[in-house]
Amino acid sequence: MSHFAKSLAAGAFAASLTASFAYAAGTHPVTGEALADEQIFTYRVLDEHSSVDPQIVEDVSGSEIVRDLFEGLYNQDADGNLVPGVALSHELSEDKLTYTFTLRPEAKWSDGNPVTAGDFEYAWKRLADPELASPYQWFIEVMGLKNGGAVMAGEMGLDDLGVKALDDHTLEVQLEVPLSYFPLTTTHASTFPSPKWVIDEFGEEWTKPENIVSNGAYVLTEHVPQERSVRSRNEMYWNNENTIIEQTIALVINDENTALTRYLAGELDRTEVPTGQYPRLAEEYPDEALSFPRLCSYYYTFNLSDSGPEAFKDVRVRQALSYAIDRSIITDNVLQGGQYEAFTFTPGATANFEVPEVAFGQMTQAERDAKAQELLAEAGYGPDNPLSFSMIYNTSEGHKKIAIAMSQMWKQKLGVEVELGNMEWQVFLEERGNQNFELARGAWCGDYNEASTFLDLVQSGSGYNDGKYSNAEVDQLLADAKTSEDPSANYTRVEQIIAEEMPIIPIYHYTNVYMMNPALKGSWPVQNVEQNWYSKDLYFTAD
Amino acid sequence: MLNYVIKRIAIAIPTLLILIVISFVLMHAAPGGPFNSEKPLPPQVLANIEAKYGLDQPLWKQMVNYVVGLVTEFDMGPSFKYKDRSVNEIIAQGFPITITYGVLSFIVAVTVGVSLGAIAAIRQNTWIDYLAVGISIGAQVLPNFVMAPLLVLTFTLWLGWLPGGGWNGGQWQYLIMPVIALSTSYMASIARITRSSMLEVLNTNYIRTATAKGLPAKTIFFRHALKPAMLPVISYLGPAFVGMITGSVVIDMYFSTGGMGQFFVNSALTRDYSVMMGITILIGLLTIMFNLVVDLLYAWIDPKIRY
Repeated sequence: MSHFAKSLAAGAFAASLTASFAYAAGTHPVTGEALADEQIFTYRVLDEHSSVDPQIVEDVSGSEIVRDLFEGLYNQDADGNLVPGVALSHELSEDKLTYTFTLRPEAKWSDGNPVTAGDFEYAWKRLADPELASPYQWFIEVMGLKNGGAVMAGEMGLDDLGVKALDDHTLEVQLEVPLSYFPLTTTHASTFPSPKWVIDEFGEEWTKPENIVSNGAYVLTEHVPQERSVRSRNEMYWNNENTIIEQTIALVINDENTALTRYLAGELDRTEVPTGQYPRLAEEYPDEALSFPRLCSYYYTFNLSDSGPEAFKDVRVRQALSYAIDRSIITDNVLQGGQYEAFTFTPGATANFEVPEVAFGQMTQAERDAKAQELLAEAGYGPDNPLSFSMIYNTSEGHKKIAIAMSQMWKQKLGVEVELGNMEWQVFLEERGNQNFELARGAWCGDYNEASTFLDLVQSGSGYNDGKYSNAEVDQLLADAKTSEDPSANYTRVEQIIAEEMPIIPIYHYTNVYMMNPALKGSWPVQNVEQNWYSKDLYFTAD
Repeated sequence: MLNYVIKRIAIAIPTLLILIVISFVLMHAAPGGPFNSEKPLPPQVLANIEAKYGLDQPLWKQMVNYVVGLVTEFDMGPSFKYKDRSVNEIIAQGFPITITYGVLSFIVAVTVGVSLGAIAAIRQNTWIDYLAVGISIGAQVLPNFVMAPLLVLTFTLWLGWLPGGGWNGGQWQYLIMPVIALSTSYMASIARITRSSMLEVLNTNYIRTATAKGLPAKTIFFRHALKPAMLPVISYLGPAFVGMITGSVVIDMYFSTGGMGQFFVNSALTRDYSVMMGITILIGLLTIMFNLVVDLLYAWIDPKIRY
């Protein structure tokens, strides 16, 4: 059996370890920039985090905190590449089913205990445990761990899960099938280690600031629900010497306009820009307003199930409606945050995904409008027999504006009558999930940086496929992609089929639109659509 | 009197039970559930979670379990959304914050409101009256969701005197704007009620008699007029006080205080059943309690009222 080693340590990284530390003098050890005296990063979060327990956390703001508090096998750099975390490297067996990770011997928990392979084994089994009932339990299946499904269902014991500590610093992982993206999943919060002795002692209380023990660059020192959480430097962290930010404070501010005011008053270092304000802020504060792609898609889905309207079963109707949407009006006039017009479901920013040249994306809007009129007429709709249907969205100013713009375009260009319906979020999910709609809004953010996280949505068996679109070729292509070495051709083909059959109307791809303190340097991952940022990689320069 | 109090407390228990039953049924009747999201959970995962929280049991059983837990251990269950916190903890953390700015707002609203109303009544139809009425109408029509941003704009962005939000352990700088924003409309109502009831009292025969006897104006006002004029104000203050100390959504959202109003609204939107129940019960309990206090105050102020 031949193993091939894969070293992830980058030269610069190694160099930074051996560099002499010069913070006392207030300069950055690598770049030599003058550092600010106060290194406290304060940012706004929309909502209170769900938890800081790595195996329980399910929301973005909680994961941001967990990535600072805990460290998994690998971290990501600013471009989303893997860099060593607790693992130094790994080896892959010839059958591509067994990964053997070598862990860093000097890694420690904040109480001084060493971080061992057993902590990972414990954490992953904990994630799979039906008794813990983690909302991210399904991630075990994304990772493709051996016997994952059976263990999750309680049909097999936890010890049958494909993860095992060979010794304190060697972790062996066995997969069901070869998965080329497996190492990427180890940057996900739910795969981070957890301290068994602390969980045993405090039970569910273990994540309280007074109890928590963590192995990341920071420890949780304060938490006032719905107001703030504070994480402070972990003195036991193996790379503590190279951590510059002393404290990171997340403030819960529900209203984005309030947050912007507080940013402008100097209380925050980062906040989101409210819809429509980006052009003004970019002009007034060119160093501070940022817009960069995000791994999310905004779309409308046709109900293609038996309960859906007859008209939508005709592909020409679906195409006509999609063609007639002038996406540039929505991105440039409604949203104004640098969003991208979407003609495919998967955003162009997704890793290893080349946006295919789908035919309707290549046309000008005038051509699309003409084609739309032609298609709708062919389908038998016109002034004497106007098409009419209803569309639903969840209550929100932004969704409403877009829905109104869309219905206006259809009315003017195609003479289509649309009835708009807004619903409270939970009601909306229920109605859409039960196929109680004709056309419904949807938004999807990738769980990992790969096209399948989007395209799985059009697979006929998917629980996320609320429109009940079903195409045997798509299903086959996606099934093959799972085990393929290079699945990009499959993804391209699926996108082409979506563009032809139009089960959904892609509208736009999201951007993150931030106001960010220009003195905050380091590697804010603008290039990494997953936005996995780490406080330990940031610093403030003196200005 | 004591009998009356005992009777009222005895009635409170079935009232609370009815409140629990109705809230429970309404809550579960609303579409959706605490674990719904744009990305529905796989059925197996959902089943595990529902089993953990007992949501797989019939509704009546869930309700019985809830009441038993509440009565025997004073346990309101875990939050479904904030998974490492119990409802008791959420209330223990959020309620003191809300009480702090609620009680302060109450004091401000009552002091300023009663003074304005009383002055306006005594100096009826003079410029002082018009000014006081003008202020209270202005405060009334300016809702707190307009007031709050105006305050932040002025004191945070332009003057730079006060922080734009947050709580920070309740330091005074963080309290000023929430208290002003919360108290103004209450203050306005109190001022208007005080003014009209004071006018009524000042025109009664016994006040006229007192004036004719030559009693000094101060004595007439404080000894004879103020107490009876306060009756309508007090009946307004009971529910107003509960409203203030259980949290204003606008204040909590806008100033990010971490108070209970925020949890209450979010729990309703995310169907966090246990948090919603817990806060509902708390508000119900306080309302019952302060209505009783108001009734007892009535008897103290107005000797005509007997229980």
